[in-house]
Amino acid sequence: MTSAQIDVLLVAVVVAAACAIPGTFLVLRRMAMMSDAISHTVLLGIVLAFFVVADLNSPVLILGAALVGLLTVVLVEMVSRTGLVREDTAIGLVFPALFSIAVILISSLAGNVHLDSDVVLLGEIAFAPFNRFAPFGVDLGPIALWVMGAILVVNLAGASLFFKELKLATFDPALAAALGFSPALVHYGLMAVVSVTAVGAFDAVGSILVVALMIGPPAAAYLLTDRLPRMLGLSVVIGAASAVGGYWLARLLDASIAGSMATVVGIAFILVLFLAPQRGLVATARRRRRQRWTFARQMLLIHLATHEGTPTEADESRPDHMQRHMRWPPEFANRVVHTATERGLIDLENDQLRLTAAGREAARQAALR
Amino acid sequence: MDVLSDMALDYTLRTVALGSAALGIVSGALGAFAVLRRQALLGDAMSHAALPGVALAFLITGSRAPLVLMIGAALTGWLAAVAIAGIIRASRVKTDTAMALMLSVFFGAGLVVLTFIQRRPAAGKAGLDKFLFGQAAAMLESDVITMASVGAVGLLGVLVLWKEFKLLSFDPDFAATLGVPTRRLDLLLTSLLVIAIVVGLKTVGVVLMSAMVVAPGAAARQWTNRLGVMVTLSALFGAAAGVLGALISTTAQTSTGPTIVLVATGLVVVSLLVAPARGLVWTRMHAWRSQRILALEAVMSDLAALAAQHSSDATRPHDIAALHAVRGRALVDRALSELAADGLAQRHDAGGWSLTPRGLAEADRLARLRRTPSADL
Amino acid sequence: MRLRTGNALAVQATDLTLAYQQRPVLWDVDLEVPRGVLMAIVGPNGAGKTTLLRTLLGLLRPAAGEVLVFGRSYLEQRGLVAYVPQRGSVDWDFPTTALDVVTMGTYGSLGWVKRPGASERSRATAALEQVGMQDYADRQISQLSGGQQQRVFLARALVQDAEIYLMDEPFQGVDATTERAIVDLLRALRTAGKTVVAVHHDLQTVAEYFDQVTLLNVRRIAAGPVDEVFTEENLRLTYGGRVAGIGGRANATPLDMLA
Repeated sequence: MTSAQIDVLLVAVVVAAACAIPGTFLVLRRMAMMSDAISHTVLLGIVLAFFVVADLNSPVLILGAALVGLLTVVLVEMVSRTGLVREDTAIGLVFPALFSIAVILISSLAGNVHLDSDVVLLGEIAFAPFNRFAPFGVDLGPIALWVMGAILVVNLAGASLFFKELKLATFDPALAAALGFSPALVHYGLMAVVSVTAVGAFDAVGSILVVALMIGPPAAAYLLTDRLPRMLGLSVVIGAASAVGGYWLARLLDASIAGSMATVVGIAFILVLFLAPQRGLVATARRRRRQRWTFARQMLLIHLATHEGTPTEADESRPDHMQRHMRWPPEFANRVVHTATERGLIDLENDQLRLTAAGREAARQAALR
Repeated sequence: MDVLSDMALDYTLRTVALGSAALGIVSGALGAFAVLRRQALLGDAMSHAALPGVALAFLITGSRAPLVLMIGAALTGWLAAVAIAGIIRASRVKTDTAMALMLSVFFGAGLVVLTFIQRRPAAGKAGLDKFLFGQAAAMLESDVITMASVGAVGLLGVLVLWKEFKLLSFDPDFAATLGVPTRRLDLLLTSLLVIAIVVGLKTVGVVLMSAMVVAPGAAARQWTNRLGVMVTLSALFGAAAGVLGALISTTAQTSTGPTIVLVATGLVVVSLLVAPARGLVWTRMHAWRSQRILALEAVMSDLAALAAQHSSDATRPHDIAALHAVRGRALVDRALSELAADGLAQRHDAGGWSLTPRGLAEADRLARLRRTPSADL
Repeated sequence: MRLRTGNALAVQATDLTLAYQQRPVLWDVDLEVPRGVLMAIVGPNGAGKTTLLRTLLGLLRPAAGEVLVFGRSYLEQRGLVAYVPQRGSVDWDFPTTALDVVTMGTYGSLGWVKRPGASERSRATAALEQVGMQDYADRQISQLSGGQQQRVFLARALVQDAEIYLMDEPFQGVDATTERAIVDLLRALRTAGKTVVAVHHDLQTVAEYFDQVTLLNVRRIAAGPVDEVFTEENLRLTYGGRVAGIGGRANATPLDMLA
């Protein structure tokens, strides 16, 4: 590997980790689409800030982007608070409008600066190594690595310092407010972090990959664990792995790095969706099949218990009744009756199924569940 | 006048205007349903997801014919919608996450395919990058015909199944109890939304096409309480935004997609502000007026209560310091001066205020009105 | 398709069992509703009342059991059953009028593609009149009060001209006028020989409004005429210990207990 390749990989891993942290909270707060909105509108902040400072490398650009990111959130809230349109419509109105202004402003600058809306959307991480951070002539690595490293540190620090507040405001905003943690403050704080992360990242990877890295790894992690700290950790790991995998896929196919990374994020999610140990589709299907028998046996017991001692008992307790009323195929019904008999839960006498004492108790337990 | 004569003469402008009108009508009419069915952001996800379809269609066929690219776009856009619905149904991942994920993953895959195209030696890459932000000026008459025909299929679908789509959008459970196959109908309406999106891809671009699906519907909703009128208005607003935006962008040399989107957003802003009944200007004015009347009535009843405490002379002056303290100085003073102007209250030379005899009668009438049980809701 | 009523039970559900991810919501529930009665389904939150109703309507697929309407499967007899959903189940800001919503009740008999015409609209107007809402026909539905919205839903069911009316919490959050209107309507339906099954949450009014009651808590606890079934003992079984703790007098009726 060349040093440029190592630089690209480093930048990619740092971006992935920095995105996964705020992304986890976006996913849990059901605001994933705000990442899409903000990653588009930060462009307007950059353009406006550029008009002020006329320097593409100024940190003011990040400030401008963060402010417009917050403006997006405020505008969406303002529009949906009128009650005239719903929140999803408000998002769908606000961000294309702000993004359109940015695109038109950029095209009015055409040619004068290296600021191109295609590049913002698509990103070009391959250029990252060539933009070096070299104060006093000492080469300290790519600028993108330093910027994203700083953002990652801020995100990590923010998530650990305000972990309690974030958790509470995410899962129980009413309680958070009652305890004096302003959910609004947490909300805007998170949105500011999303904006800064988006603007820092899109220079390297493009705004659409920002969305993929913010939402994909946390979505996969959400299927793997129920605990927030573990979900944060898994998101970072899955994001970083997807970034590295995406880089090699891009090399293999000689294709867009950002696009490949987003594709690998999608593949990672699908793998988890199917193979997650507890919630994966495969595990769920297997469990369902196993539980189908348990469930059918319980149904049988409860059915017998319900009709025990009623006038219709004789009719309700015939084995063939089970086929008819529970829509069980004959061999399935026979097997349920067979296993229930084997376990001493029911007896068959005179073509009537009768609960044993153990069966009665099991039916009671099942019904209580 | 100049523009009009230009339009008649200029082939490009005429084509652009016609195509944009067609796209606006289709996305407006079908988008109205998306707005009502909370699918505003699904439109965004689907339009981004159209990118790999466009690229793949070109890569496979080598053709840049609009119909070919539209079919490719529709296929992947539709696939994304189905994947989103599948993820939501099969796992605990929520709608917003599924949409953001599919949007970015499909778009990323689109970028990968685009790089394949760029590498091809005889690459007709030009034309494809226009799908990001659209370019109206590149529209040909054949494009317009294709857009109009594809769009007409979508509109026809809505027209034929109008009653069913209305029922599905308003109350799907009730529809199911009537025997309507809601799952299939839902899929069909979502597929029609895909048509609305792909029709505008070349003009507005994948990134912003979602706004053309959302904005006209959101604007139209403010002007009417009838679904039929809303869908028609939405189509008209869409057409207006399309034509106006395309003409501005062609003459001012700005990107077409963003310009059309800004015109459409302008329509929404105007509608939110001034649409009769719902518009913010009217509702605010109404709220302000009723607040003022409430203030007048409150001050009148306060003065009447003071008068009742001194039954000897109902119109003797009262010190209003207590009123100031309770209701706020500004409100009381403004109310008093309005009451005085109407001859309902009077200021006494010695200082202090009272109701006039007419004011007393009015306060009495209001008090009795309050006591009668109001009409039942 | 010919719909039959005959002498069978209006609704007969047997052994209905339904689970969400192996968590039972309905366990082996039977339901027999004779023709021409007003039946309340009563039970605590999470008892499966709405689930039972939705299962009867074919909106949910049970793991076991079947639903017969006048002796034949629900799917064949769907035209005999009208549904009044919970008011909160739809978006009332939808751009449509009260009359239009009621007209939707005629869509089932209209079939595909065909549009409602003058006769459908006059039927809808008549149904609005029946619930005292004729003056609000052209109102946008968000401009109606909660009670008025509920009456619009009832009118939509009436226009279906069904034999059986399944209602999900029709009295939920309505004003006194609407409550009276619904009670009158229920009685008028009974007089006309129609059958009503309603999910109901107000134990105080069960005896006054309904003839029969089914007490449900995942399993069917008891069912039958109100005066036989709606007893302290059965309510305690249905609601667990909670109801007993409230009253406590030796011979208290259920209503006293809850007062």
